[in-house]
Amino acid sequence: MNEMTQIKHHLTDQILIGYSAGTLPEAFSLVVATHLSMCDTCRASAQAYEAIGGSILDTETQTTLEADALAGTLAMIAKGSIATKPTVVSDVPTPLRDYVGGSLRDVKWRSVGMGVRQAVLKTSKTATARLLYIPAGAIVPDHGHRGTELTLVLQGAFRDETALFSAGDVEVANEDLNHTPVAEIGEDCICLAATDAPLRFNSWIPRIAQPFLRI
Amino acid sequence: MLKILDRPQEPGAFVYQLPYIEFRRFQLLYQKAIISVVKKIVPQNTWVQHLRRIQLDQDQKAFAELFGYFAPRVKAFLMKSGASPSMAEECTQEVMVTLWHKAHLFDPSRASVATWIFTIARNKRIDALRKQRRPEPEDLQWGPESEPEASDILVLQQEANLITQAMSALPSQQRDLIKKAYFGDLSHSEIAVETGLPLGTIKSRLRLALSKLRKTMK
Repeated sequence: MNEMTQIKHHLTDQILIGYSAGTLPEAFSLVVATHLSMCDTCRASAQAYEAIGGSILDTETQTTLEADALAGTLAMIAKGSIATKPTVVSDVPTPLRDYVGGSLRDVKWRSVGMGVRQAVLKTSKTATARLLYIPAGAIVPDHGHRGTELTLVLQGAFRDETALFSAGDVEVANEDLNHTPVAEIGEDCICLAATDAPLRFNSWIPRIAQPFLRI
Repeated sequence: MLKILDRPQEPGAFVYQLPYIEFRRFQLLYQKAIISVVKKIVPQNTWVQHLRRIQLDQDQKAFAELFGYFAPRVKAFLMKSGASPSMAEECTQEVMVTLWHKAHLFDPSRASVATWIFTIARNKRIDALRKQRRPEPEDLQWGPESEPEASDILVLQQEANLITQAMSALPSQQRDLIKKAYFGDLSHSEIAVETGLPLGTIKSRLRLALSKLRKTMK
């Protein structure tokens, strides 16, 4: 990714520590890993937080292993190597590839109204990840969140009450933010978003539709 | 390096085999030279040499030494993260198998060996205990003709040691809170943002290492 230097909106330290410690729900980790593939600043921070994990491991009180543990491990090693996945050329960063089935062309979009489309990605149930397709100039219905929402821009840009978010930028929204994202004119906007609680739409029609649309 | 050895034999392959063998010999000599430099400046206790020996020579003695030091720590880490002793034992062995097979992916300019093993153990915990997948960022690797600079390796390994020292200097209450976060006892919203650890230098070193790596990849 060449947009790296232009990224203005980064992940919070809290999210990065959670990712490095390995305690984020899978949907959040997907957004973080995708952002880290595009942003070396956050990647360096995440690796610094991993170094804390390394220190904890290094100074850990030891536990004894079974007497034949080393022999058993060497026997497993002798059985063969780990299969490595072939690199596939794609229009999305590596971590996202497995979840969309290759590239953005393979995404099965569903309309959520007003031209906006989404695709829920299969992750563990503690949080939800989805791709959002917002046509240039279109509005995502006004919504608030009960938990945390991460929104990473993959293509195009959107603007809400707080700022402009372009490719590579990530918005970290908490309960207090009620926002109405609007895609910028010029290019359709594609985002990867994760929430740990359902969105709360402020008008009743999307609210009724919510359980069926899984947003 | 393996890529070259695995090159399929085509009819008439011997025509260009010779330059390849020469290139391979040069590559091995170059790697050995790097190792001798790193050996002199990186203290033995950083374990960097052990991983190199596993990577280049499939050295079982080096592996046994690494195993002796890290396996009991990995098992303790997994037990504190909620694994039963038998599950922790099984997972620890799998972590050490992964270490063997992925030794070529270890980059000493971006992580200490302890940090790298921590990430393998952490991913094993997510996979085996939490039954979740672990999305990882795009893999960045030095090409066959480029290596991290010895001085960058040295500085990063020193920075990692400084974090360990700073950890032990923290008030025990704060240290325990950080540990809880890494054992998976805190959700991300419960994690305190302020660790009290001086991470500024290592962050900028890592940022620098990434930009050097990106340059060689272009």
